Amino acid sequence: MKQLMLGNAAVARGLYEAGCCVISSYPGTPSTEITEEAVKYPEIYCEWAPNEKVAMETAFGACLAGKRSFCAMKHVGLNVAADPLYTMSYTGVNAGMVIGVADDPGMHSSQNEQDSRHHAIAAKVPMLEPSDSAEALAFAKLAYELSEEFDTPVLLKMCTRVAHSQSIVETADRAECAVKPYEKNIAKYVMMPGNAIRRHPFVEERARKLQAWAETAPVNRVEMGGTKIGIITSSTSYQYVKEVFGDTVSVLKLGLANPLPVKLIQDFARKVEKLVVVEEMDPIIENHCKVLGLAVSGKDVLPMEGEFSQNLIAEKLGGEVHTGRTIADPIPPRPPVMCAGCPHRGLFYTLSKNKCTVLGDIGCYTLGAVAPLAAMDMTLCMGASISAVHGFNKALGAGSEGRTVAVIGDSTFMHSGMTGLANIAYNQSNSTVIILDNSITGMTGHQQNPTTGYNIKGDPAGKIDLEALCKAMGFARVRVVDPYDLKECDAAIKEELAVNEPSVIISRRPCALLKYVKHEAPLAVDPVKCVGCRSCMKIGCPAISIKEGKARVDATLCVGCGVCQQLCGVKAFQSAKKEG
Amino acid sequence: METKNIMIVGVGGQGSLLASKLLGHLLMEQGFDVKVSEVHGMSQRGGSVVTYVRYGDRVDSPVIDKGEADYIVSFELLEAARWLSYLKPDGQIVTSTQQIDPMPVITGAASYPEDLVEKMRSAGAKVDALDCLKLAEEAGSAKAVNIVLMGRLSHYFDLPDEAWQKSLEAMVPPKFLELNKKAFELGKKA
Repeated sequence: MKQLMLGNAAVARGLYEAGCCVISSYPGTPSTEITEEAVKYPEIYCEWAPNEKVAMETAFGACLAGKRSFCAMKHVGLNVAADPLYTMSYTGVNAGMVIGVADDPGMHSSQNEQDSRHHAIAAKVPMLEPSDSAEALAFAKLAYELSEEFDTPVLLKMCTRVAHSQSIVETADRAECAVKPYEKNIAKYVMMPGNAIRRHPFVEERARKLQAWAETAPVNRVEMGGTKIGIITSSTSYQYVKEVFGDTVSVLKLGLANPLPVKLIQDFARKVEKLVVVEEMDPIIENHCKVLGLAVSGKDVLPMEGEFSQNLIAEKLGGEVHTGRTIADPIPPRPPVMCAGCPHRGLFYTLSKNKCTVLGDIGCYTLGAVAPLAAMDMTLCMGASISAVHGFNKALGAGSEGRTVAVIGDSTFMHSGMTGLANIAYNQSNSTVIILDNSITGMTGHQQNPTTGYNIKGDPAGKIDLEALCKAMGFARVRVVDPYDLKECDAAIKEELAVNEPSVIISRRPCALLKYVKHEAPLAVDPVKCVGCRSCMKIGCPAISIKEGKARVDATLCVGCGVCQQLCGVKAFQSAKKEG
Repeated sequence: METKNIMIVGVGGQGSLLASKLLGHLLMEQGFDVKVSEVHGMSQRGGSVVTYVRYGDRVDSPVIDKGEADYIVSFELLEAARWLSYLKPDGQIVTSTQQIDPMPVITGAASYPEDLVEKMRSAGAKVDALDCLKLAEEAGSAKAVNIVLMGRLSHYFDLPDEAWQKSLEAMVPPKFLELNKKAFELGKKA
């Protein structure tokens, strides 16, 4: 049946049709929907793991046991899971195993723009790279065949525009796979030096076989057109090239990102006058061509940074560039902001007021760095806030302990904050850690995690008690505050920074966007009382603005959290309900 | 047929995903090749968001670039102006007149430009502006702005009303169908 399908949903469909049985993932834009769509197929067991390393190892265990398995993550998640990946390259698989990794050129929702093809090359595992939803579905299925034929995990690389674009796919039925019986094989699966030494030649031999397969792989195809220019491309870049040049150029479209073919490229190069590589991010295909001694153009004209588009390709490679109109007025930017009623707002306001140095982490709450709160000094990667506050305090001692905190979300804490906390407990720094517990994984669109008490299907599940966990690690001072209560937040932060021992503050209130959260009536400003002092503007709430010198609340946005009310010296904010 | 381009722009959280789903379904049912590109993640938190819908005999790129949009459907006036350069020389803007201050305006670091509809028209753009929020509230929910806009957009398409109704039924949950049908009609007749 023909359907319009999101790229990530098409991957999920491909997994289903290929008989995949077990999926373990950690959410991360733009990969999240693969697992969210897969959970709709009752034949597949799906779960959210605490992090990508755990997810990949879970999927490995399932393939070892004999069932086709999968795990999904964003590009930076593959760094976390790189440890199992590089050695799974040595063990190979029993049943097929596929790893979905989604890059984010242009950084729509990421902290860097790394190119995950480097991991495929370094780990010596094959990587397939679809350019639309139909290929996402087909390549997911092909990935299992490759995995089992070549005894290797296979990477399926998505990018934002393939993952989050809908295009037409043709679906088929699921092919159930018989369980491949698990057989004990110490030499293959126990990677201690004596065995790993013997597995490494297998990895190199497999790389040679994959290289040979790449020369005739059906996913690499030549589309001959005009021969003045020949373009080698892949992924969404292929679509931009076709959009601009159609059949006026010849195209070698690579569906296999690793290994790259040799003879196929050499033959293609011979048929065209000028060879150009069009690839987003790093010059991986281009450098491969250069190693082959080919004269090639690529990053000499195209950028390493950001996403490509048809106009960019046209401008750099000599096509028709489209332009449009503008108006003279400057258009103010509209950056993302913390939502009205976001529980993080009160906490960040308090940190800002106390002039704390705030080592931050990855999540919605990274928006605490945005003006007017500007209450963040660092964001690096998942879990870094806690490890870094420890280092910061070890470096400066009493010079920083009384004013420096780590802030980390509940899901990020489960992902990789716990090990940092263990380091504080073990190596004894006088650090203050604030866990922003909004009872959900917010940024990626409300996924459950080990602290929420629910699994991916929304059914009751194991629930980790954050207070008990921190106490068990040796923290004597663990306290819970309500971030809507500014006085309570202020007292907790001042006290915990002052004491001469490590402490954990849990700032607890569910995300304001959660469906089950009941909101208060919106507030309204009494224009007679309001003196226009702008105290309420310090919290950067999108529901409050100043109109004609007075504060005004947008009743369609306000959820009545009351944080602004606590800042108003003249009691101008009142519940709209009480008034009416 | 040459590929046609529709951009849906607005502020994160305004409901552009349902509008693009509806258009995707509608155009696929007409036998076109269709691509729809969305943005998920951090931009959805009150930021400027854009969705691209492209259809024709064969669609390659999933995105729309400057000077390429046949239609810009906008949930908010400033966003229509922000994406104006993406409109084709003879393209059509369909926009709600709602204004939502972005954070730089709220904090006083920037100001919200005045008379945007007139300024866009002076720049040569065809602009169809209406108070979609009011119409959505009239239909029964402020959240139906997306469907009011779809009703308005349907003016410019040579497609039978049944085709739009069929896609509405396919994409909207049954309990909100009547409300959305009303919103569609209000937008169409406005």
